[in-house]
Amino acid sequence: MAKNKTILYAAILAFTFIAPFAFPAFGTQLATLWLMIIVALTWDMTGGQMGYNSLGNIFFYGTGMYVAALISIGMVYDIGDYTNAAGGGIYKFTDLQYFGGLALGVLGAGLFCSVVAVVIGYLTFGLRGPYFAIGTLGVAIAAGELVSNWDWVGGGQGIALPVYPGDLDTGKIFFYFLFAAVGVSTFLFAKWLYGTRFGAAINAIRDDEEKADAMGIHTLRYKLYTWAMAAFFVGLAGGISAFQLIHFEPLESAYQTINLGIFMVVCVLLGGKGTLWGPVIGAILFHLFKEVTWNYLLGWQWVALGALIVVTVVYFQDGVMGYLMHRYPELFGIKVDEKTREEVA
Amino acid sequence: MDQILGNIGLLFEFPVVNLKIVLDGIMVGALFALAAYGLALVWGVMNVKNLAQGDFVISGGYVSWYLVQNGFPALLGVPIAFIVMWGIGWVVYKLVISRVIERDLFTSLLATFGLAIMMAQILNLLFGSDTQSVDLGYDVLYFFDGFIDVPIAKLIGVLMASALAAGVIIFMKSSRMGQAIRATAQDARAARVMGIDTEKVYAFTFSLNSAICGAAGAIIVMVWVIQPFYGISYSIRAFVIVTAAGLGNLPGVIAAGLGIGALEQYGAHIFGIGYQQAIAVMLLLLVLLVRLIQQRRNRQVLK
Repeated sequence: MAKNKTILYAAILAFTFIAPFAFPAFGTQLATLWLMIIVALTWDMTGGQMGYNSLGNIFFYGTGMYVAALISIGMVYDIGDYTNAAGGGIYKFTDLQYFGGLALGVLGAGLFCSVVAVVIGYLTFGLRGPYFAIGTLGVAIAAGELVSNWDWVGGGQGIALPVYPGDLDTGKIFFYFLFAAVGVSTFLFAKWLYGTRFGAAINAIRDDEEKADAMGIHTLRYKLYTWAMAAFFVGLAGGISAFQLIHFEPLESAYQTINLGIFMVVCVLLGGKGTLWGPVIGAILFHLFKEVTWNYLLGWQWVALGALIVVTVVYFQDGVMGYLMHRYPELFGIKVDEKTREEVA
Repeated sequence: MDQILGNIGLLFEFPVVNLKIVLDGIMVGALFALAAYGLALVWGVMNVKNLAQGDFVISGGYVSWYLVQNGFPALLGVPIAFIVMWGIGWVVYKLVISRVIERDLFTSLLATFGLAIMMAQILNLLFGSDTQSVDLGYDVLYFFDGFIDVPIAKLIGVLMASALAAGVIIFMKSSRMGQAIRATAQDARAARVMGIDTEKVYAFTFSLNSAICGAAGAIIVMVWVIQPFYGISYSIRAFVIVTAAGLGNLPGVIAAGLGIGALEQYGAHIFGIGYQQAIAVMLLLLVLLVRLIQQRRNRQVLK
């Protein structure tokens, strides 16, 4: 079994490396797929493993975008002047400035988002269940509205970043590998985290927070750490997205509450909440569904998407992994005696 | 910053401006309160948090607008929107809501969010993304040398909203079905034991909510404009009001609705119209925070 797993992981890793060269026409799509996997995995850290269903994780994506852009611009030019020119003017970036700004900006975005997550978490983690979801959704919407009124960072027009210096096709592959690197590290981090004592503690919070508290787990601290970790990876992804998209604006691409903000939740529910592989499988299925409807059902794509959300939530909430676990428990190392099986069947 | 201070100064220099803002706020707030009351009803009776609330409002508006386009008198749009949205609410209940009542609250939140996306997009496909409104062609009344303008259409809208609210309150207090709804809200299991068909009560409650929203939307289309994607802002305001007022507190819902309408107008006046949506959301966060601090004092959390 262990050998099979090693082969599986090796195969997936190999596919990750080959994919952009094998399907060059889908370079951007594959990068977006990695983005979906990252946000779904991080949503599952709090939503699936800790039982705190946030609708506002998109806040970290948007904030990451802005922080990365502002750091990389601010190192070279005055930000107010740059955003005033709105992509016009003569603002040139040398290769060193571009890549240096990208590296520092993306890392800074991740760290900044972790810090903000602790602050917001301190205020919102007293909310439970639906109130937490509504509260975090409110944070994301409010941030988008405020940023779109803030002229220093470009207001409603957003920010235009420099274009990748060099061949555009190389640029696509470059961003694909950036996303893939963050995605793989998010997955490995989550896999390691869920096996530790920390993972057990956040699962305890999900199952019964009062009892976990009574057992001596400092619940608020665990919740803050978990959210900060999730925010770090979302911030990284947001920072990379800012450079990949080149131009972004606050309401539709940065704080896109009803797009990516909801997609990540649907991905996790589709794949199976509270499992390691669920978010990954869900993200792949969802991305496929989204691209197919966007191509063949144009105009009706949002209706199809809404219907997918409703059907997933109402009829198929355990997701693919939940279904498999129910149907073939042996695959997950759960022993079932024949009598129970007959009773269930 | 200077502009903000200037706007505040204006309020003291011309006190009559305050009156205008408060009046506007109350007119807006009366309609928010209607949608919020529907939300509180559904939330309290069947524990479903309906994020599609605003889209029911907008759908009602489009029903009325469509009728006017086909030659019906505008005021007839309100009762017809009530009836049509009743039917739509019933269908939605049977297809989706009836299956999420027993589940945890996040399920209903997400399911209705999916519903909201679908409804907004279907409206967009049917009627296009332009803003629409119905012009009643009534005069505007002026007071204080033209400082305060009150369109008669808005007055009629507020009157209709109050009449609808009064009707619903009387219905809930005195009719047989109203009693059954209140009994189910108190304890669904006990109500079932006493012979109340709770399934029927749930279906009725959700349809009633949808119908109230539809009528509110039909009034809104006469007074302001509607657009397929405006729904979410009404949903947010309904949540602000219900969270601030608490469940099952009807006078509270009305007071909070009027108050939030007025606060929002003040905010828009002081910070500029671009912040109006942001102010509504910030109020939600503020209300949650205040409730949270209250609960923390009792060593409890907001559930």
